[in-house]
Amino acid sequence: MVFKWEWVGQLAQGLPLTLQITGLCIAIGIGLGVFLALGRVYGKRPLRWLCSAYIGFFRGTPLLVQLFIVYFGLPNWGIRLSAFTSGILALGLNTAAYQAEYFRGAIQAVRGGQMLAARSLGMSLFQAIRYVVLPQAFRLVLPSWSNEFILMIKYSSIVFTVTLLDLMGQGKRIASRNFKFFEVFIVVALYYLAIVFVVSTILRLIERRIRIPGLGAPGEPH
Amino acid sequence: MLRASLINIQLLVALIAVGYVLGTLIALMQVYGGRVLGTISRLYEWIFRSIPALVLLFLFYYGPPRCGVRISPFLAATMALGFRSSAYQSQIFRGAIQAIPTGQMLAARSVGMSRARAIATIVLPQAFRLSIPGWTNEFSSVVKDTTLAYVVGFNEIMRSARIIMDSRYDLAMLAFIAVALVFLGLTYAGNTLMGGIERKFRIPGLQMPGAGARDHSR
Amino acid sequence: MGTLLRVEDIHKKYGKEEVLKGVSFEMQKGDTKVVIGPSGTGKSTLLRCINRLTPADQGRVWLEDQEITHTRANINRIRSQIGFVFQSFNLFAHLTALGNVRIAPMKVKGMKKAEATALGMEELERVGLADKADAYPAELSGGQKQRVSIARALAMFPKLILFDEPTSALDPELIGEVLEVMVKLAKDGMTMLVVTHEMGFARAVADEIIFMEHGVVVEHGSPSQMFTNSKHARTGEFLNKISELYGETD
Repeated sequence: MVFKWEWVGQLAQGLPLTLQITGLCIAIGIGLGVFLALGRVYGKRPLRWLCSAYIGFFRGTPLLVQLFIVYFGLPNWGIRLSAFTSGILALGLNTAAYQAEYFRGAIQAVRGGQMLAARSLGMSLFQAIRYVVLPQAFRLVLPSWSNEFILMIKYSSIVFTVTLLDLMGQGKRIASRNFKFFEVFIVVALYYLAIVFVVSTILRLIERRIRIPGLGAPGEPH
Repeated sequence: MLRASLINIQLLVALIAVGYVLGTLIALMQVYGGRVLGTISRLYEWIFRSIPALVLLFLFYYGPPRCGVRISPFLAATMALGFRSSAYQSQIFRGAIQAIPTGQMLAARSVGMSRARAIATIVLPQAFRLSIPGWTNEFSSVVKDTTLAYVVGFNEIMRSARIIMDSRYDLAMLAFIAVALVFLGLTYAGNTLMGGIERKFRIPGLQMPGAGARDHSR
Repeated sequence: MGTLLRVEDIHKKYGKEEVLKGVSFEMQKGDTKVVIGPSGTGKSTLLRCINRLTPADQGRVWLEDQEITHTRANINRIRSQIGFVFQSFNLFAHLTALGNVRIAPMKVKGMKKAEATALGMEELERVGLADKADAYPAELSGGQKQRVSIARALAMFPKLILFDEPTSALDPELIGEVLEVMVKLAKDGMTMLVVTHEMGFARAVADEIIFMEHGVVVEHGSPSQMFTNSKHARTGEFLNKISELYGETD
């Protein structure tokens, strides 16, 4: 087995795309996810049903299928998106469904009594959600979101199937030329291990900094 | 295409089996092994959970030929996904073992059982039951990962959908929506089945605290 | 001077069980009334119906001239005039003690932060916890949490404070500090409606004791009346048992 140092540099070219895609899809996921969670907890029945349906679909079907629907299927309906946009969209919609569930759990973990206390002081439902529930829910959900971030870094690799040149895509490209698939992908694997390690550490540090005594998170990270 | 989905199911069963055997082994290593075995198993878990599934698939598909072994895509996929699943399953099983009060082990030893026997007859049966919820969760979670086998190219459901698309471009959306529906159906059927199994094996009072397992598969 | 609080014929059902079967009473400004009775007789429910945290099935409630139970009442504005102290404190876990006390004046009444902070410190001072202003609820003892919760209610300058078994969730040694604050409030002229088992408190400051059982008011009267001269045998029986169990404080 031969390893070539130049691969490290060549693969690194795929890094920005991997990180970009992950970052953007998580951003979409958080925005949409919070909205979906609020809809499920506080919405009226039609909204609740809609949010549940969305979540059910995106959690119950494989990511690859979702990506292909966006990239290969949408053109059937006249919508043609670039590979990059498709990737971010599919990943974003997917992660939003999971994030919605984590956030919903966090909202419900805030003790109901606090909502009563807020209302008894004269706060409107909106105020109670904004000043009492949300600040706590955001803190409680952090470990799950960190987890999700790491997960998305790994699953972002799926965009190579629509010919995007992220870390995975670069790997495939290099390997297709020199046919040393195994060796190249060992390096790819090491790259992912490194990224995951670095990002987890950073996230853990962030969590520690904003911790409030007594406001512990219920779940444990993966 | 439906025929192809059967292959996915086969893959699912196969990889779960691999995952289960390995997972149990790794879990036992972590809990009862010494420091060396413990570190090895922790490292194993970390590696197989941090590397993307797709990368693993490529490694297991292209690796063996390098060493001169020819391997079918199906087997490669089973191994790749199976090893990956074992990393998660070991965590489930480990949690289950650790959820059993240590008093039980003490009681077993005090009636004269050897460590091995105590583990086999007292700890494992309970751990098995405790891990069922987590295990069923893993099962329904991993069913979606079988589509990733598409990248190593054998005739599972995604590939057949792709084939349809290549010949009739205008049917692409339909084809993939169909796949989606198949999986929704599978997930639903799986959950119901798992719920039933869970109920069948339940022992009142024997529950794992906070078995909030996460979906690590997409 | 009109009646501060008027409760008229409140009924409340949970499922098939009727927990409140027609409760009525009145309170004037400065009154301290204590509601006692066996557990599960709807005392907490009564308090929650007064500020509509739980909607009553039937009956009406007035705060001065505002009808709380009216469908078009501005319930948030009314609630901001009524304080509520919960058995389980319900402090906002993400805010410090000071944060808890000043958030309602800021967000509900629109007070500026500096003003609200000063007010918050004043109220914390009043309950003896000025030094704990920057502590989070998880760092406080039960008694301290409850006192913060009282300060939180006071910061809104309520016309009336409802206390729902304020000391029932506290360890015995911590009950005293909370009752002390409550006695002080009563003596300062705050209008208070308290559901509790603490008979010593009732004897010391209550203007009237209301005895409830099975969802109705069995009897009510001044403490001396109720303890020595109760009209119903049941009243005397209950009071004696409670005094035995919970003793006298202060």
